[in-house]
Amino acid sequence: MTAEPFTPDRARDAVRTALLGIVPDAELDDVRPDENLRQALELDSMDFLAFVRRLADATGKEIDEDDYPRLETLDSCVGFLTTGN
Amino acid sequence: MQWQPIGKPASIRAAANLRDYTATCRAFDWTAARAALSGLPDGGLNIAHEAVDRHAEGARADHVALRWVDRTDTVTELTYAELAERTNRFAALLRELGIHRGDRVYTLLGRVPDLYVVVLGALKAGCVVSPLFSAFGPEPVRQRLVLGGASLLVTSPALYRRKVRDIRHQVPTLRHVLLSGATGEGDAPALEPMLTASSPAPSLVSTAPDDAALLHFTSGTTGTPKGALHVHEAVLAHHVTAAYALDLRADDVFWCTADPGWVTGTSYGIVAPLTHGATLVSDEGDFEAHRWYRVLDRQGVTVWYTAPTALRMLMRHGDGLAEGYDLSALRFIASVGEPLNPEAVVWGQATLGLPVHDNWWQTETGAIMIGNFAAEEIRPGSMGRPVPGVEVCLLRRGAEGRALVTGGRVHPVTAAGEEGELAIRPGWPSMFRAYWNDPERYASAFADGWYLSGDVARRDADGYYWFVGRADDMIKSAGHLVGPFEVESVLLAHPAVAEAGVIGKPDPVAGELVKAFVSLRPGHAATEELRLELLAFGRRALGAVAPKEIEFDPDLPHTRSGKVMRRLLKARELGLPEGDLSTLEATR
Repeated sequence: MTAEPFTPDRARDAVRTALLGIVPDAELDDVRPDENLRQALELDSMDFLAFVRRLADATGKEIDEDDYPRLETLDSCVGFLTTGN
Repeated sequence: MQWQPIGKPASIRAAANLRDYTATCRAFDWTAARAALSGLPDGGLNIAHEAVDRHAEGARADHVALRWVDRTDTVTELTYAELAERTNRFAALLRELGIHRGDRVYTLLGRVPDLYVVVLGALKAGCVVSPLFSAFGPEPVRQRLVLGGASLLVTSPALYRRKVRDIRHQVPTLRHVLLSGATGEGDAPALEPMLTASSPAPSLVSTAPDDAALLHFTSGTTGTPKGALHVHEAVLAHHVTAAYALDLRADDVFWCTADPGWVTGTSYGIVAPLTHGATLVSDEGDFEAHRWYRVLDRQGVTVWYTAPTALRMLMRHGDGLAEGYDLSALRFIASVGEPLNPEAVVWGQATLGLPVHDNWWQTETGAIMIGNFAAEEIRPGSMGRPVPGVEVCLLRRGAEGRALVTGGRVHPVTAAGEEGELAIRPGWPSMFRAYWNDPERYASAFADGWYLSGDVARRDADGYYWFVGRADDMIKSAGHLVGPFEVESVLLAHPAVAEAGVIGKPDPVAGELVKAFVSLRPGHAATEELRLELLAFGRRALGAVAPKEIEFDPDLPHTRSGKVMRRLLKARELGLPEGDLSTLEATR
């Protein structure tokens, strides 16, 4: 599937929604844009896979295993989603 | 599908530590094996002496004991001599703080150099060390500190703020909390300046082989977590099993990926490689496929002990990923945590050029009991055969699923392929010697001269064991054994929850995921909002062992005595006929 590149705002919303599906009470405003999400939200490996799945479902973007390093922080997630396929 | 056994080339068989399995099993004797250890001059035995001091006092003093990779890939090394000095300082510090022999010293740390210093230094001081899983939430941490009567805890500043600060006043025995690194906080001072100020002089306390050393908590199907207590003599089993089941040698660079909060992270993540005088690799970072290949490559790892979940996550990447890295130093791969599927064993052979050697053991056994060996054929999907010195048997099961005991007698299963509860004959040195303050539960773990593991297996005609399932409701998720009772108890503390039943839902990567079914109290509606609230509630209290899924179920099935029937919930989850629970375990 080829999706239109997201605007940064839409991308940020998608990332936040996906994260809140895993950690419903996450205080995302306290997470710095360049902070490692797994550490900040204490996501284990299974949480991270669930996050990727939710993000892929919500955005229609194919997320390959090799893309995982690009999903480390809020900023890098937004960067990844707004670059197009 | 029928998986072909994987044979070993003659060159590997000839170089292995365990070259003749049958002959070694026949001749093996734990008393004679003690010759591989140094012991103390007065006949005592201390894990830290075997792991650190004996090397620091000898030819390996300047050999690298610990090679630590931090999150930014910066490497810090500690030689055996340096590790001896730092552990001396920590042991001296404990004495200055009034922490005595037998007192419980806890760690709540990720993989950082202080972890090794604290664990080994506390053992030098004769203290009992209890490592906690740093991904636990505050509730499991509080409960384990209280149960073991913790005197001192070492944790990191971040973990302190998240999990300890608010609960420390609920642990009446806890006198000191020290923070790893140079920065303290309020009444939790920093460890580093205290270490610098304390004495580096040799400080090992003489301990007897049966003196308490390690306290590992493990969850149960009912009741509070159990503290499995191990003694200093366990080091003999750590040493011998690492030689046989991990083929470990003094010139190896060994990487055990287990979290330091679980028994593997202590027995093989700290003790065993050091007793061999090897170099231990410790990676602070989280799992990430590129990162892990990079560690294997750059650190020149030769023996790698990891877990099925991690291997399955590596398998999700294309096989090309491994090709970008130089894995030529690697010569042996082993796995533990939950049963390793045959696909992963074969993937190792195809992609990394080495098959994965599955093995089996648990918190109570303290060391590997059953394994696949370097010189022996691997049968993909099998946990292998008993380690020399370990006597294993399968016992016929009764109506409750556990070993059938009639008139004080158990009933061994003898036919090949027949299922039974895995049992081990006491006598191996790393056997747990107590559940902390719980003699009744300890006694009930044995019957007719056997330790009952709670795992069900079958044995083929050649003596290879095959995991079938748990005999009880324990959940094996991503290498962790999760007790449903602990999870249910937390959910029941939520005002909306009337009842909860927690099961392991099969998952292709983690083996099982923790899933909770809850019924609600009158006046509460089963809304998506409440479901998310309960997910968050569980995570806040439990951390990584919280349910990943919650489903509302107004009709939770009950036993006649009124308990929620987890097995029936699991049958429903798997879409099995509810009347036929016997097929449950065959699905694993």
